Amino acid sequence: MLKQTELTPTQLRDSKAYREWGLTDAEYQLLTDDVLGRLPNYTEAGLFSGMWSEHCSYKNSKPVLKKFWTQGEQVLEGPGEGAGIIDIGDGQAVVFKAESHNHPSAVEPYEGAATGVGGIIRDIFSMGARPIALLDSLRFGEPNDAHTKYLISQVVAGIGGYGNCIGIPTIGGDTVFDASYQKNPLVNAMCVGILNQKDIQKGQATGIGNSVIYVGAKTGRDGINGASFASAEFNDQKDTQRSAVQVGDPFMEKLLMEACLEVIHDHRDVLIGIQDMGAAGLVSSSAEMASKAGSGLELNLDLVPQRETGMTPFELMLSESQERMLLCVKAGAEAEIYQVFEKYGLDAVTIGKVTAGHQYQLFHHGKLVADVPVDALATKAPVYQREKKRPTRLNQQSHHQFMPRIVDATGTLKKMLQQPTIASKKSLYETYDSQVQTNTVVKPGSDAGVIRIRHTDKALAVTTDVNGRYLYLNPRVGGEIAVAEAARNIVASGGLPLGITDCLNYGNPEKPEQFYDLDESAMGIARACQLFNTPVISGNVSLNNESNGEAIYPTPMIGMVGLIKHQKDITTQDFKHAGDAVYVLGDTGADFNGSELQKMLTGTIAGELFDFDLVTENQNQRLLLRAIQKGLVASAHDVSEGGLITTIAESCFGNGFGVALKSSLPAAEFFAETQSRFVISVTPENRANFESLMEPYATYLGQTTADDRLFVQTGDQNFDLPVSFAKQLWEGALPCLLK
Amino acid sequence: MKFAVPVFPGSNCDHDMVNALRDVLKMEADLVAASTTTLDGYDAVILPGGFSYGDYLRSGAIARFAPVMDAVKAFANAGKPVMGICNGFQILTEAGLLPGALQANRSSKFICKTSDLVVKNNQTRFSSAYAAQAHIQLPIAHGEGNYYCDAATLADLKAHHQIVFEYVDNPNGSTANIAGIINRAGNVLGMMPHPERAVETILGSTDGLGIFESLITSQKEATHA
Repeated sequence: MLKQTELTPTQLRDSKAYREWGLTDAEYQLLTDDVLGRLPNYTEAGLFSGMWSEHCSYKNSKPVLKKFWTQGEQVLEGPGEGAGIIDIGDGQAVVFKAESHNHPSAVEPYEGAATGVGGIIRDIFSMGARPIALLDSLRFGEPNDAHTKYLISQVVAGIGGYGNCIGIPTIGGDTVFDASYQKNPLVNAMCVGILNQKDIQKGQATGIGNSVIYVGAKTGRDGINGASFASAEFNDQKDTQRSAVQVGDPFMEKLLMEACLEVIHDHRDVLIGIQDMGAAGLVSSSAEMASKAGSGLELNLDLVPQRETGMTPFELMLSESQERMLLCVKAGAEAEIYQVFEKYGLDAVTIGKVTAGHQYQLFHHGKLVADVPVDALATKAPVYQREKKRPTRLNQQSHHQFMPRIVDATGTLKKMLQQPTIASKKSLYETYDSQVQTNTVVKPGSDAGVIRIRHTDKALAVTTDVNGRYLYLNPRVGGEIAVAEAARNIVASGGLPLGITDCLNYGNPEKPEQFYDLDESAMGIARACQLFNTPVISGNVSLNNESNGEAIYPTPMIGMVGLIKHQKDITTQDFKHAGDAVYVLGDTGADFNGSELQKMLTGTIAGELFDFDLVTENQNQRLLLRAIQKGLVASAHDVSEGGLITTIAESCFGNGFGVALKSSLPAAEFFAETQSRFVISVTPENRANFESLMEPYATYLGQTTADDRLFVQTGDQNFDLPVSFAKQLWEGALPCLLK
Repeated sequence: MKFAVPVFPGSNCDHDMVNALRDVLKMEADLVAASTTTLDGYDAVILPGGFSYGDYLRSGAIARFAPVMDAVKAFANAGKPVMGICNGFQILTEAGLLPGALQANRSSKFICKTSDLVVKNNQTRFSSAYAAQAHIQLPIAHGEGNYYCDAATLADLKAHHQIVFEYVDNPNGSTANIAGIINRAGNVLGMMPHPERAVETILGSTDGLGIFESLITSQKEATHA
């Protein structure tokens, strides 16, 4: 598709070849009539197709993103830059962002996942921060067919291959399996960095005559126009689009990261701006840097380091070759910057300069090959207010909650522990280096990963969450729950939620029912964020996650970071000693629609989503955090998929303690997924203080024991099985399924 | 005592090692570039973990040609202590300072977890702080940690008590459960587990301290002798 000779402006207009790049007729019209006042040439039309793609311009999602709450006194940098920044005191700040790489991972899972990780790392260090943690949120189909197994093994290998090599610990994430993602897996990567506030960088190109320096890997023909590719739907006719997928080199990125951080720290007086070349590569980074600064820009494409011969301006500008950055440096200081990169064996070449005015001009072989207003590229993409229609599936929902009949409580628990989504993900996360940098206090497998901040008493808790099933049944409440559950994970670890990033994974927004899901869930997320005081500081949108017209569940991945003020407050989910009292905080109801139990027993999810109250959620979280900060809590674990009994079992597994518990709830309700609950254990000496603080919200269930026995007497029958056996089922399920 | 930690392009446990030495053990420690040609002035050298030169070929196969490796060889030949952790172990075998080789894990996957080890020989300058046959826990994190040597070499390693650490539950397929070995002269140690990741209670284990403490004690004794 790239071998075609370049069409003339009139040929391009008449053949409508721009449609192949994702530009609509109306957008092409806008370009010719309003923006340029003439026909664009081949290169220019290409530039606009990349910059006006959903991936770069958010043209479909902007009206939705405006609904997000982005305020808060802790926010130093909100959405708009490479990543958001939050103040954590002592002159330090945490930087984080998540990004989806769904489409590339569906086509080439190893490289798709690896370059997803690589890209998000660049977003973090381009802000001036050292990356300290990675997380990944993955959604696959049920792991029972060969292709899904292949996707899982390759995506996991790609994430590990990149993160392990570059030396950033992968400390958390979540993996869920559902047929909804069979043909459209989700690969969302999140990176967290830390910086001194004086080192904060911006992606800007100011000061007429200042130099634009290209650093890092050479440009090749990989991932050409990938931003447009990522913004299109899949179908069986267009299944192979491999040339739109990039290839990652974590070793190159390691060198690039160290060199860029050295420039940021030691050459701040000459560095004006720095930005990652991500989606839509060179055009996106350079146009955004100039536009943000209100500058013009000219680039000489002959100077761009090239891996292949005969590359056209179109290819050079839209290549998404990895491990490249763009710097703006004071005129005259170029040699000083070259020296740093030379030390790391990297290319650093001045390819252009900041100009007066507001034009974006490209030269190739001595000829001016593009001359367009820079703001038109970076900020003037059309914005669409899409039509919204309540989906038929919601109008047809039953108002009744699913009522499970449990005849064998223990047998049902055994089956539950082996559901792919519930089962231990150890066999996956053990292939990630979770400890490099020697700051990981709580490793993968807990509610949240915890990283200590060296030379302080502080730590950061980080998590990713979303349950697409809840959103499918009720997009707005499901959106609230996604944020609430992330916050619950942070609080259970002893942290105060600080803010979120998100990857909004949805279907085609041009379909009113799909847009409804996106818009409604954004409102839910916004409301929850405001209540929890967790502003949205960065994020990414991935639309058109459809295959043959069928959309995935609405899946807004929430990545949350919390601050643990004192390391003594770091709390894990594992029971710590025999003889501790076990409580459940929060009420349990017969809430089964959308639950793992409903899926397990009926093969599907259906009905109106159960009730959820953000105020209760917030109150319970605050109560637990206060108890933790008072030193009253031995362990805390948030209750989520699989319900109370699954949570209790998981708390037994870590250190192999048993439990002897009693409750008047029927056995079935031990699988209910009522929100806002935690399982907490408390040492005997802290019981009285704990109870007086928690009264009347926590219910005493019984005690932990030194026996290898999980025993719960419920209102109708008993759960009774050896902890070691339950753990074996839970840990063995996924390796067995993936064989 | 002053440590040198060579940094190859792609090393990623170099800072972890220096932090452990400086912050926890209160030792002097410098990162030295792979282009360094002398290690004069240092009492011990530790090759850190990571992916030197990307490890796109065999792990450690390119690093052994770095200028600093000539200095490391000279340093080792002078009888001074040299330790290689993870990628550092791989580099030491590639450089011929230790016998055998490290192949891809039996599972062909990268493995990061806590491994149970037995201290097989506590009569070395790297392990004297441990009790005989002590059981310790250290993190491992590697894709190519499957130690291999031929039968003759293995017999030789055993005969001269060169196997210092053994896995209890062999995670990677290593010959004879080998996790760490020492050279015949007793001054070059290579091991796949990461002692620098197990020196602080908050990180889950302090079992790695013994290795550094052994080395520091042996150095003190050598100076006083």
